[in-house]
Amino acid sequence: MRGVTQARPQAAGRARRFACAAAVALAATGCGGGGNGGGGGDGTGILSSSWGDPQNPLEPANTNEVQGGKVLDMIFRGLKRYDPETGEAKNMLAEKIESDDSQNFTVTVKKGWKFSNGEPVTAKSFVDAWNYGAHLDNAQKNAYFFEYIEGYDEVHPEEGDPSAKTLSGLKVTGGQTFTVKLNQKFSTWPETLGYNAFAPLPKAFFDDHDAWVKKPVGNGPYQVESYQKGSVMKLRKWEDYKGPDKARNGGVDLKVYTDNNAAYTDLLSGNLDLADDIPAAQLKNVESDLGDRYINEPAGIIQTLAFPFYDKGWGEGKEKLRQGISRAIDREKITEQIYHGTRTPASDWTSPVLGEKGGYQAGICGEFCDYDPKAAKKLIDEAGGLPGGRMTLTSNVDTGSHRVWLDAACNSINNALGKDKACTVNPVGTFADYRNQIGDERMTGPFRAGWQMDYPLIQNFLQPLYYTNASSNDGKWSNKEFDKLVDEANAERDTEKAVRKFQDAEKVLAEQMPAIPLWYQNGSAGFSERLTDVKLNPFSVPVYDQIKVG
Amino acid sequence: MPEPPPPAQPSPPQNPHEAVAPTGSGGAADLAMTEAETLEGGGRTAAGNVHNKPRSLWSDAWRELRRNPVFIISAALILFLVVISLWPQLIVSTNPLHCELAKSQAGREPGHPFGFDTQGCDVYARTVYGARASVTVGICATLGVALLGSLVGGLAGFFGGWADALLSRAADIFFGIPVILGGLVFLSVVTSSTVWPVVGFIVLLGWPQIARIARGAVITAKQHDYVQAARALGASNGRMLLRHVAPNAVAPVIVVATIALGTYIALEATLSFLGVGLRPPTVSWGIDISNAAAQIRNAPHMLLWPAGALSLTVLAFIMLGDAVRDALDPKLR
Amino acid sequence: MGRYVIRRLLQMIPVFIGSTFLIFIMVYALGDPVAALFGDRAPDPATAARIRAELYLDQPLWKQYLHYMGQIFRGDFGTAFNGQPVLDLMVTAFPITIRLTLIAVVIEMIIGIVLGVVSGLRRGRSVDTTLLFLTLIVISVPTFVTGYLLQFLFGVKWGIVRPSVSTDATFGELLLPGVVLALVSLAYVTRLTRTSIVENVRGDYVRTARAKGLPRRRVIVRHLLRNSLIPVVTFIGTDIGALMGGAIVTERIFNIHGVGFQLYQGILRNNAPTVVGFVTVLVIVFLLANLIVDLLYAVLDPRIRYA
Repeated sequence: MRGVTQARPQAAGRARRFACAAAVALAATGCGGGGNGGGGGDGTGILSSSWGDPQNPLEPANTNEVQGGKVLDMIFRGLKRYDPETGEAKNMLAEKIESDDSQNFTVTVKKGWKFSNGEPVTAKSFVDAWNYGAHLDNAQKNAYFFEYIEGYDEVHPEEGDPSAKTLSGLKVTGGQTFTVKLNQKFSTWPETLGYNAFAPLPKAFFDDHDAWVKKPVGNGPYQVESYQKGSVMKLRKWEDYKGPDKARNGGVDLKVYTDNNAAYTDLLSGNLDLADDIPAAQLKNVESDLGDRYINEPAGIIQTLAFPFYDKGWGEGKEKLRQGISRAIDREKITEQIYHGTRTPASDWTSPVLGEKGGYQAGICGEFCDYDPKAAKKLIDEAGGLPGGRMTLTSNVDTGSHRVWLDAACNSINNALGKDKACTVNPVGTFADYRNQIGDERMTGPFRAGWQMDYPLIQNFLQPLYYTNASSNDGKWSNKEFDKLVDEANAERDTEKAVRKFQDAEKVLAEQMPAIPLWYQNGSAGFSERLTDVKLNPFSVPVYDQIKVG
Repeated sequence: MPEPPPPAQPSPPQNPHEAVAPTGSGGAADLAMTEAETLEGGGRTAAGNVHNKPRSLWSDAWRELRRNPVFIISAALILFLVVISLWPQLIVSTNPLHCELAKSQAGREPGHPFGFDTQGCDVYARTVYGARASVTVGICATLGVALLGSLVGGLAGFFGGWADALLSRAADIFFGIPVILGGLVFLSVVTSSTVWPVVGFIVLLGWPQIARIARGAVITAKQHDYVQAARALGASNGRMLLRHVAPNAVAPVIVVATIALGTYIALEATLSFLGVGLRPPTVSWGIDISNAAAQIRNAPHMLLWPAGALSLTVLAFIMLGDAVRDALDPKLR
Repeated sequence: MGRYVIRRLLQMIPVFIGSTFLIFIMVYALGDPVAALFGDRAPDPATAARIRAELYLDQPLWKQYLHYMGQIFRGDFGTAFNGQPVLDLMVTAFPITIRLTLIAVVIEMIIGIVLGVVSGLRRGRSVDTTLLFLTLIVISVPTFVTGYLLQFLFGVKWGIVRPSVSTDATFGELLLPGVVLALVSLAYVTRLTRTSIVENVRGDYVRTARAKGLPRRRVIVRHLLRNSLIPVVTFIGTDIGALMGGAIVTERIFNIHGVGFQLYQGILRNNAPTVVGFVTVLVIVFLLANLIVDLLYAVLDPRIRYA
């Protein structure tokens, strides 16, 4: 019964959204720095990098968290790839993707690409992979990515057994071409194709699935040399890779760490080359520890507090209350004192990584995201005060370091209201329990929400979170005007106009405040003296192929 | 006030306890000891008892305790802890729940002698106010664990056989429950913001350890000749347990319990960390120590004070335990 | 004696059934694990239903339990959510944790008993007081802090050892974590030994032995210590189970992929096969440790006999 004196949380439910990003931290000790040096800038040096045990088998359509995504990003290339710097979706395997009506697309796959086992990458490689990912029998967690393709309801019905084997909207029309029919207009659909779920799969995947899962085979710049589950995956440069982004190092050893602090300590002692998540407790001293070997770059992650619209105290007609809470939180102080610059106060519902062109616009939230305790108190009083005179902030506490900012936010609210027990934190023990409570609509006050983008589109920051009954609309907010603007934006063929429509939709969020934007999250990493050219992409994953060793 | 009994003679009969050489040789020696015990027992009663009232070992112990400076110091410390637990405002005027993030991890300043924690709360106020929850959890959980554990372990060790098998195996099953799992299952359904669910939980999972210790001690004590003698003389089970076995088996229980007191206060932090311990806005040393631990490189003062308070509490109880143990050991008189 | 051991081994059967059932119910009570697999996205009901069916989670509790027990008797401990068989996890995790526990137990036994004897023989002197204060520090400073500080000093500052443990987890690498893990138990063992020594040092057999002119060392080791060890041995027996399952903090700090870590993961992910499998093995270890302790009683004190 001595138990743990204090268990630091582990990435329990590392999941697509924020939980994952914050918990990235894991990885393992290294054959790191010293030993297997090699290299000397000649592109053969091998680096060690921190990793967390992927939560699911490494199938592309089944990987919905960062750690598995990291590997897929190294061993697969899809039709599109998001530029590591700008996030812009650029053609990779796609020769071209054409459409006249934003609903029927013709995809041409570049010739000459191969999987690392020698199989050529053809139109069929994509169509088979997507059919596999969508089909209910395969129970893939990313199946919903295919939901816009016609025939999804037949292969993945909400109830009962599937009535079709393949998606009727997908047709192979030649060796390197296939057509896609969507079930609605979606002008920016091609830009979603950089996501891992859309990766092509070799025949080997279908012929011997178990062997493939043990040692995945893809078409990216690296191939898997060995995979010891739970401890280390060795990836080596694939010499015959034909793409433009050949690896500039000899390979990467991904080491599983049980805790990001262990990875950080290993980095400091020279046993690890790259730790891609700096523990919150070390942020204060990281610059003195690492100097310019510490990077801190914006990522497509936003943290918010959502409200339960099924609760009378917070739902319809309580805009002022929600806005008041927003104004009572001192974002500047919290990001500065607790996060030491690895978070930036948010003033809209997207992320700066989208860029102005992509739809990010600072200040859409207006004064409602500015800290002003007096105005906050006034707004809350006008709304009739807190429901029942008190409120809780709810979050799971097993992942990330959520407890600290929740405490700080509550203190900020309490100080604005001049009471010391008005706001308290309501911790939930596990991520699973938290998700179940949200699913059962048991929230009684603001609760942690957050979003890590799947792909760098403004649509991805708005539709899944605030559209009526969308899959991550946890607060069950529903607004006709918002829905209408999103629909219009999706149908808009001109990107610029589409973005503007989305921003109009965002203005509805400012008026209604269904979720309070708190801060944009950066990715942070530290690396050893052996490495140069270390960067993080907008998904806060290191751009491994560009790293030079030696 | 009656005089304390004459100082113990350093003669063998006074202490039959463990008188046999470890090789356990010879029934003759055993017999002799048994007799000696009986005679000595009688003699002592006659000699030490002016008022002709049987003096129990327990009242002797109390008499002994009152004169022990270690006991007096520890009792004073514990009294102090109890007083500030009940009335923290006696020695602190700041509000432990008022926190200014601008002061995050700042050092000491006038009015804030211990500095500030990460949230910018006053460490002094939190250390003093934290006593209530922590001391309550520590003392109540330890008492509960010690009583339940000694009872179960004592009975199992004393009676042996089926009773032992049943009680010990039940203890094994409870011991197998991981703290984290138990905490998440039993405490996540509780919404009470008092310390009692946490105390109850610690008792529920903590008793098997003390039970094992108590059982081992009772098995040893039971072998002593004076116990065998008492049994031979037809003493009842209850009498033997209380008068002969318990006083000789209590020492290891006291030792483990006093140290466990400290670990229970820390365990409360683990539970809070898991989101199932004391619910906010309760202030406790455990929670503050847990928050400070991660910041040890940047703000060691955050750890120093609550951990120091915890040390002081454990020290008080270890001293108390030592004094009680000494008082119960006739050899030391 | 032989019959006693057999009887004790037979008692393991009900304990095994009881504890698996209890742990199974407890994991079940944690709730549905499937929602968490989908991250912050509401699970698509059809896929969730498939996963539940695959994991046998759509059955009533008693059926799930029978199914699980049936599997176990066929040597299959089920799979973790990432598709790894729990048996594989156990085969990698237990040897590491057993090594770590062994180191910790040896440390706490040797150092703890020596310190306890010294402290007990020098009762009230400065050695005794110093050890008391060290005990207080160990108890009141969380393992996280001692572990992290030792790791930082030895691993980073002075570069004497590697700060984290590799997948091989050799004895050498586990030495520092073993020390950290042993610290709190060390406090118990020292205090228990000290108290026992203090109690027994005036025992007549000690005086007799001394009077016989036996060398001091022999008196302490053969007579005094032997009679003082029963509570210590009992404690270490209870501690083995706790060390093996409860090393979560130490394992995290030093990146040890052992039992504590796997158990913690399994609990946070509500994965019944992992948790029940690991706990069951732990309970067996615990039962065996207790049996050995009980047999040791008879060795240390021959008056204690088992029929």
